[in-house]
Amino acid sequence: MGIAGRDRLLSLAGFLAVWWIAARVAASPTLLPSPMAVALFIGRECEDGAMPAAFAATLLRVVVAFGVAMAGGTVVGYAAGRSGRANAWLDPWVVIALNLPVLVVIVLAYIWVGLNDTAAVLAVVIAKAPTVVVTVREGTRALDPGLAEMAAAFRLPRLRRLRHVVLPQLLPYLAAAGRSGLSITWKIVLVVELLGRPNGVGYVLNLYFQNFNVTGILAYGLAFAGLMLLVEAAILQPLERRTSAWRSDV
Amino acid sequence: MFEARIDRKVFVAPDGTRRQVLRDVRVSIAGGEVIALLGSSGIGKSTTLRILLGLDTAFDGAVQHRDWRIGVVFQEPRLLPWLTVADNLRLVVTDGMPQPDIGALLEMVRLPNAADLYPRQLSLGMARRAALARALAVSPELLALDEPFASLDPQLAAALADVVGRWTRDTGAAVLLATHDLAQALQLASRVLVLAGTPATLAADVPVPAGNDAATRAALQADLASRFPFFTANGDGLPGASLTD
Repeated sequence: MGIAGRDRLLSLAGFLAVWWIAARVAASPTLLPSPMAVALFIGRECEDGAMPAAFAATLLRVVVAFGVAMAGGTVVGYAAGRSGRANAWLDPWVVIALNLPVLVVIVLAYIWVGLNDTAAVLAVVIAKAPTVVVTVREGTRALDPGLAEMAAAFRLPRLRRLRHVVLPQLLPYLAAAGRSGLSITWKIVLVVELLGRPNGVGYVLNLYFQNFNVTGILAYGLAFAGLMLLVEAAILQPLERRTSAWRSDV
Repeated sequence: MFEARIDRKVFVAPDGTRRQVLRDVRVSIAGGEVIALLGSSGIGKSTTLRILLGLDTAFDGAVQHRDWRIGVVFQEPRLLPWLTVADNLRLVVTDGMPQPDIGALLEMVRLPNAADLYPRQLSLGMARRAALARALAVSPELLALDEPFASLDPQLAAALADVVGRWTRDTGAAVLLATHDLAQALQLASRVLVLAGTPATLAADVPVPAGNDAATRAALQADLASRFPFFTANGDGLPGASLTD
């Protein structure tokens, strides 16, 4: 481990120490439980299956909403980047969606679609997809016209053009959209669950909020954030490195 | 037969200014012909080439394609950086084309050990040779070359010109070569077209005598150079004047 890595660990230990001291000073386990108490709570919730069940429900919503937002945002962003007219039509919608408070989207989706998972996922997609559109549109505008002309001159079939000429140029943008997208998506999903789902991490957080159970709130909040960081480090970052492997020395 | 008639080509700038670059350019290419399209830089050679290749359709006139297989070498190599050289060659070979011998093609352009390299590992000269190999990989019936030998050292340029010459003799492919290098054009071409004027039009359409008649070629070169001063200005067209890579 390098010096930077060691410093990171020390910094994290410092955070736990500050938390621990603050808990000692506050001397009120209901207001600010110690790190140890939160860890024990996580252990208990895992043992009786409550936490894994909540995580599973939330993860499913995150995966579906993330997938739909990425796929839809990519198609729309590509169209907007390719054609000035498509962009003129789409841009106002994107600007409105970008500036609409997420809370408004969620509440309206629940009112109009009903208190169900379709509304939940729809709300997340509406909140998330515009950022994908903007990023992919940027990437599409940056496509190398020389390579497109080469592909046209050699009369490459459309699918081969997309797969070998266009997609590799868009991958860095898709990776960027994906990384920022995941962190936005799961945070929105928690709010969606808090407002109108009978399960998932957001629902449990709401429950503990009603009971004023700070230990439970910290346990679920931190554990799920940790899981998402793990997903990013274990899946998204290696994927991003692989897509840009041709840039580095072989 | 490949025929094109460009009555008018106008560029419209973003601010709405219109600039006509071409007028009355007629080009016909028969199989086995090697046509050099000459002219000073910026005169509209690349524009003509792009229209002939169907890459630019915003012009008055018509291009009659038979379904010729076309191999193109652009001024820049335009290789896909995420594919190896061999994969760059394979990419352009589509269904129904004869399968090329990648190794032999790379050998031919003097890149015998480059198959597994990525474009960023090549020098510019190597990348241009890879681009030539890619154009040959489609077994072209028309080989279009846009200043293909610029920025190569004279020896290598001559070697690649030789590759192109041999290719047309062996396969009967037609070649359309856009260049500002008169001497090189006369070495390779069976016919020379000169673009000149504003807007540019075909100012000369001259057959080049076959065989190694150096004296006739020198006379033709002297004649064209006297009629079109831009061939001698800036040293353009003089052997060895190109930049080395």
